[in-house]
Parts: sequence; structure tokens; C-alpha cells
Amino acid sequence: MDASSLPSTKGKSYGNRKKIIMRYLNLAYVLPALLLFILFSLLPIIRTVQYSFTNFNGVNPNYDVVGFKNYAAALTDTRWWEAVGNGVIFALLSLVFMNTIALLLSVAANSNIRGGKFYRVVFYIPPILSGIVVGYIWKWIYEPKGLLNGVLRDIGLDHFTHVWLGSIDTALYAVAVSSMWQGVGGSFILFLAGLQGIPKDLYEAASIDGASRSQQLRYITIPSLRKVYTLVNILTILGALGIFNHVYAMTMGGPGYATEVPALRIYREAFTNSDFGMANAFSLIFGIMLFILSLIQLKLSQKKD
Amino acid sequence: MQSKGTFFFKGITHLSLIVWTVISIFPLVWMVSTSLKQRNEIFTNRSLIPNNAFNFENYKDAWFQGNFNVYTFNSVLYSVIVVVCVVLFASLASYAIARLDMAGKKVIFLGFMATLMIPIPGAFISIYLVVSNLGLANTRIGYILPLIAAALPVSIFILKTFFDEMSRELEEAAIIDGATSFQIYYRLMLPIARPALATIVILNTLSVWNEFMLALVLFSENRLMPIQMGLSVFVGQYTTQYELLMAASTIMVLPVVLVYIAMQKQFIQGITSGAIKG
Repeated sequence: MDASSLPSTKGKSYGNRKKIIMRYLNLAYVLPALLLFILFSLLPIIRTVQYSFTNFNGVNPNYDVVGFKNYAAALTDTRWWEAVGNGVIFALLSLVFMNTIALLLSVAANSNIRGGKFYRVVFYIPPILSGIVVGYIWKWIYEPKGLLNGVLRDIGLDHFTHVWLGSIDTALYAVAVSSMWQGVGGSFILFLAGLQGIPKDLYEAASIDGASRSQQLRYITIPSLRKVYTLVNILTILGALGIFNHVYAMTMGGPGYATEVPALRIYREAFTNSDFGMANAFSLIFGIMLFILSLIQLKLSQKKD
Repeated sequence: MQSKGTFFFKGITHLSLIVWTVISIFPLVWMVSTSLKQRNEIFTNRSLIPNNAFNFENYKDAWFQGNFNVYTFNSVLYSVIVVVCVVLFASLASYAIARLDMAGKKVIFLGFMATLMIPIPGAFISIYLVVSNLGLANTRIGYILPLIAAALPVSIFILKTFFDEMSRELEEAAIIDGATSFQIYYRLMLPIARPALATIVILNTLSVWNEFMLALVLFSENRLMPIQMGLSVFVGQYTTQYELLMAASTIMVLPVVLVYIAMQKQFIQGITSGAIKG
């Protein structure tokens, strides 16, 4: 490789042919990345589609093509849709509670307050932990004889003690609390970055022009935050629907299927039921759902710009 | 009147930040506290301080019963290899995409960016199938390669953005001196890209260290598993040895938190630039 591989530098003295050859030789730079991309990103997608039309059990190489049977079964599978529903509940709870808390905290931390930096560092500690560790810590807090019930008893609220992860009416929300506790910091950091990205002189100019606090909020802060808001929403929805580690550590989908989520169902379909055909059909349905969701969000955000 | 309102708002602001600080930290304090208690007191003693003495035995037991020397070695190995490969492959690719005249570079870049939209939870079964088709199930290399592939799109995006914004002057001076495109990559681009590379190192080290799902489907042999898989040793179907589980969790979390606090500026920069990806 030599200098002529760089565009528009020397005159035509080197000739076009050499340039054209370099255009292809330069592919050597992307080759390692491209190979891995094809093998472990593109090929798996093709495989998912292929296997979703078979009754492959993961081991036996002799399997049959069964057409749309897996899809028909998947679309009418109430347990699957309940798992999707649980994911949707996680997503809605996160959008409402997690992101509201994060937004309020970011506004607070951005208000020229002493120790603003300290809060930024501390709030981002939960997000750097693994979902598995977070799941186990909260499982320990929720134990029937664990911290939460113990404290309730200590302050005389015995009435409210509960088998948090073991009963159908609370397990889902208990898991959601753990994942939202972890997720606030991520949304907070992005909101804060958005707030700090707003030029200060915009506010100064506005207040010279006599704009009130609420007018500044309406005409400067909110429009400037819109892009970050969309991004945070996409990440929140994808994260909540794709939740796996917290559930795996805390409940394994139980009690019954009360906390089962799509990723866990896909995992079990493949490795517990040995039905890779079905697992791949679920994967594809799930993947397409998430893809469409993020496209919609992206379109919405571009429209407003 | 106004000053009274401001005073009130300041109070609320401070209070909310302090409350969330406590909420952020407390579960971790509880984890460390449990890890230092005796087994017979963990359900009865709700104080943060152990009854008698700090029971550091739990750490020894967790480390040896959980075979943590094996798991820690594996996780360090996986993190180092994945991160080195990602830095190398992503920087080569994004340099060519951003700075060189290369056939099909638009299509290639779009392809990488398209996978940013494809979520891992929808893909892990088929990654497992491809890995086992290649005869790499239950091998280190079969775990490392998909992790590199998964890390490439974001890393390429960050680096390409960085290289796009560079001015042409240095590059042109190097060309006049007769440098080849690889020399420019190696001697000029890599050193200049150091801040972006630091971001990529941090992001990817963290995600490999915390990775669980792919390890769960790919490994059946304990001697190959990463550290996140090691925790389940202490979780039984009926009883969980929480004092050991919390000691093991502390062992895993402590280096991450310490490195984070030491390098928080780069971390937060990395997270924000990694998330803002188009």
C-alpha cells in the first residue's frame, strides 16, 4: 500500500489503473472486521430464518422442514405473549418511573449546585455492575426473612411484609424495581449530557429579552432535550424488552410464569425443550418487533427536528 | 419572596440528590456488610456492622469453593483478548472507511451500522448455532469471536466519527514525505485517536467483564466459564449461601468500581459517546 491509495492527493501521473487497484487492495483494512461481522452477525440472522422453518432439536442433524408451523404455534402461544407482555410492563414502568426520576435528578444536578460532579460519579455506579450481581443483591434484599421484610417488621409494619419474589402479584414489580434501580444512572447521564449541551448564552439572551423561567423551559430546554429524550427512550425500551440477567438471577421466570420474559422463553425453548425451530421463530418475531420499535422511535425523532 | 422560593428549590434539589445517592449506594453497602457476617447472623442481624468481628473467612471460602482463581483468570483473559482485537480491527476498518479510497465502503459501513439495531437477546440462539456448527462450542475461541463481532459496530462508529473530524493537513504532510497508507495509520492515526481508543477500551472491557448470556449458552465446562457464571455456585434450589454469594459478588464488583472511580471522567465520556450513535 502506498500514498496513491489516498484520494485526491497527487496528480494523474500515477495513472487511474493503480488507483483502481488500490481501491480494492484497501479492502484488506476492513477484512478482519468484515469476516467476523459476516460470520457472527450476518450468518446468525440467516440461520435464524432457516431454522425457524424446521423442527431442529439442536443436536440431531436430520430434521424436517415444517413450513410455517412454528410461526403458527408461536403466534397463538399465550405463554409467549404473556412473556412479551411482561417485557412491555418493564418497558412502560421504566419509561414512566425510571426516566422521570433520571430527568428530575439531571435537572437538579445541572443547577449549579455544589457537588454536582460527585453526584454524577455516584449515580453511574449501579449501571457499571452486571445484571447478574444486581439481581442477586436484590434477591437477597427481597428474601422472606431478608432486609426489606425485616425493616418493615422493625418499624411496626408487619402487615406489609410479603414474599416479594415468591408471589404472583409482586414478583414482576420486584424484579422491575431492581432493573430500574440499575438503569436510572444511564438515563441520568444522557439527560445531563443533553442539558449541558445547551449553550448558556441562549438563556442569557432570553432573560435579557424578558423571558420568564417557564418560558425558557418551554422554548429552550425542552426542544433542546428532545433528541436526547428519543435516544433515552429507545435505549430504555430495548433494554427493558431484552431483560434477561435480572430475571435469571432473581426468579428464573417464576413463580409459575409470572416473570417470564421473551429472552428467557427463547433460552428455555432451545435448551430446556430442545426445540430450536420454535426458539428461532420466537427470536425472529422478537427481533422484528424490536427493530420496528426502534425504527418508529427514530422516525419520530427525525420528524421533530 | 423570590429568595424564599429559590431557597426552597435549593433545598428540594439538594435533598433529592442526597436521597438518590443513598439509594444508589445502599444495596452495595448491604452486599459488603453481608459478606462480612457469620452465616448464623445474616438473617437476624440487620445492622450494617457484624455482631462480633468482621468475618473475612467468607472471602477465602468464596474464592476457593467457587474456584474463583479459574473464573477470574478466564475473565481477564477474555477481556484482554477481546479488547485488543476490537481496538485493532475497529481502528483498521474505520481508518479505511473514513480516510481511504476503498471499494464499497458505504455499503460496508451501512452493514455495520445496521447490526447496531439488532438486539443481542434476539440473536443469541443463532449465534450459539453458528458457533457449534463451526465446531467451536465449549471453546474459548468460540466465545471470544462472537464477542469481538458484537463489539465492532459501536467501536467502528465511534472511531469513524473521530477520524472524519480530523483535518487533512498532517496526513498530507506525511504523504509528501512518502509514507504509505499503513504507515499513516500506524504512526499518525493510532496515536492521535488515543482518546477515542480509551473510550472503546473502557466500554468493551466493562461489557466483556459483565457478559453472562452468551457464556450461559456456550459453555458447559466450568474451567472455561467467565466470572459471572461463577456466582451460581452459591445459589441452591432451596437455600442460597448469601454470605458467600455476597463475598463473591464483592470480589467481582470491587475492581470495577475502583477502576471506575479512578477513571470516571473517561468512563462517562465513553458511555455518552457510545450511546449517542446516530
